[in-house]
Amino acid sequence: MGQSIAFYTLAAFILGFAVLVVSTKDTVHSVLFLVLDFLFVAALYVLLGAPFLAAIQILVYAGGIVVLYLFVVMLVNLKRPPEAHQDPHRQTKFGLGLAVAMLVELGMIGWSSYASPARPAFVAPLAAMPVSGNTEEVGWLLYTSYLIPFEIASMLLLVAMIGAILLAKREL
Amino acid sequence: MIDNLVIPLIKIAIVLNATLVAVTYMVLLERKVIAWAQSRLGPMRVGPYGILQPVADAVKLMIKEDITPVRADKWVFTAAPIISMVPALIVYAVIPFGPEVSLFGRRVTLYVTDVNVGLLYIVSVASIGVYGLILAGYASNSKYPLLASLRASAQLISYEVAVTLTLVSVIMVAGSLSMVSIVRAQEAKHVWFAFVQPVAFVIFFIGGLAETNRAPFDLPEAEQELTGGFHTEYSGMRFALFFLAEYANMIVVSSVATTLFFGGWLRPFPNVAALSFLDFIPSWTWFLIKSFVFLYIFIWVRATLPRYRYDQLMRLGWKVLIPLAIVNLIVTGIVKVLLS
Amino acid sequence: MMLSAALFIIGVIGVMVRRNIIIIFMSIELILNAVNINLVAYSNQLQNAIGQVFAVFVIAVAAAEAAVGLGIILAFYRNKETVNIDEMNVMRW
Repeated sequence: MGQSIAFYTLAAFILGFAVLVVSTKDTVHSVLFLVLDFLFVAALYVLLGAPFLAAIQILVYAGGIVVLYLFVVMLVNLKRPPEAHQDPHRQTKFGLGLAVAMLVELGMIGWSSYASPARPAFVAPLAAMPVSGNTEEVGWLLYTSYLIPFEIASMLLLVAMIGAILLAKREL
Repeated sequence: MIDNLVIPLIKIAIVLNATLVAVTYMVLLERKVIAWAQSRLGPMRVGPYGILQPVADAVKLMIKEDITPVRADKWVFTAAPIISMVPALIVYAVIPFGPEVSLFGRRVTLYVTDVNVGLLYIVSVASIGVYGLILAGYASNSKYPLLASLRASAQLISYEVAVTLTLVSVIMVAGSLSMVSIVRAQEAKHVWFAFVQPVAFVIFFIGGLAETNRAPFDLPEAEQELTGGFHTEYSGMRFALFFLAEYANMIVVSSVATTLFFGGWLRPFPNVAALSFLDFIPSWTWFLIKSFVFLYIFIWVRATLPRYRYDQLMRLGWKVLIPLAIVNLIVTGIVKVLLS
Repeated sequence: MMLSAALFIIGVIGVMVRRNIIIIFMSIELILNAVNINLVAYSNQLQNAIGQVFAVFVIAVAAAEAAVGLGIILAFYRNKETVNIDEMNVMRW
């Protein structure tokens, strides 16, 4: 009971801040709402039984990526808001209407599945894990079954780092 | 009910109050120690030997006029000192001051909570503290603070990498992320981790100096270069919050260094029975003594070393400390595999 | 699951409607977060840690993409002094 109250409160905050992120005029405020959004998502992860992922989310996402965004926003410090003139090819109202229609459909799907009896989900057989505890479990999986994606991810980060440095240099 | 709600609340109240009092007296301690290092006496007028100086400082800062610059972003301007202070305070939730003790017939643990990912929590909360700096500089709507805050945050996130890598090597030796388990691992291995991982400790300490913007890495708030740095436009209580946040961060780094590298609440040589006459000193006193030694070293370093220039600072962080931390990590891993 | 779908849609709205490219990038981050929430929710329900492992990979990929994307924005800004994507039409003379 308490868990579902917590979930709905967190969900309301997450969605509220997300709407604020995409609708605020001032870019810096938008970035700040994004940070708050990520913090609430991390809280949601803790609620869903993934404390390791929550800490990683705060460390990498909220503490690293959004700081990067904030830097870029300050380096690209604009005097006039970029929404100043209208592009004739853009159909904003059509896009918004489509999105609202999707949300309404989503609500209807959610309601109908809530009303009908749930079918038993297919549960993947869980391999016997020699370690216990959330962090250890994630670490075990990362280093044994998913070692190759792990190494590829590190290569990807290396390539991205080199690419970002090269892109941001003034003269090559 | 009582165990889950009331006792943690009492602990939180005690820890927060103690921290805030400690932070205000840190100001006095710093002025005194730096004064003694420079052959003078420091604050002596307010109260006997200047003991009541923090009270005078607090009163002065509270009754100062609260100026907000024109066209500064009001919400962000107000929020920045708060964002700076909150991470420094909430880290205390996972720092262990001592093991279980019996108080009024109950077994009470001397830490607020023991999270399984305690160390990771500390690092992630520390990375949130960067926002206070950036937003303070931005919200002031003036050139000097903006430059200073961008420099300061670049410094902070660079040294964050080095510090996190050293913490990973400590985790490898201890085998767990929870702070209490790390202290118990030191107890089980009969050795403080500072002697097992000296390189990691040195890197952690230097990184801690840089993370808290303390000398010799205090270029962001150097008065001579940047007219006060990112808190130029702040006055009165908001400036006080920044100031206190810096000292609170210092105490946090000292506490974490004590827990990770110097045995937390253990007395020296906890397994040598000949020294068990020292057991009458309660565990949290050992913790406080060790933290105090680190705080003293912080102030000592400030009184002694000259300031680093910004490019020297960044070079130190990226070209020296991070490779050293990575090498330390690899060596620790190899030794651990060889020994098991 | 509803939550992640709703967050995903909000992110997509952001990508389509806003013209400031930095906000478009942030909406992409929102979309990635929505996917992560979905993964973690299923991992919780099926009691299998694979979802969290995959979520870690998604975070790593998002970090790489944010870094490179912001580098591109900076390089573009140096040339053309704008972050309005309607004006970023160098390929079309």
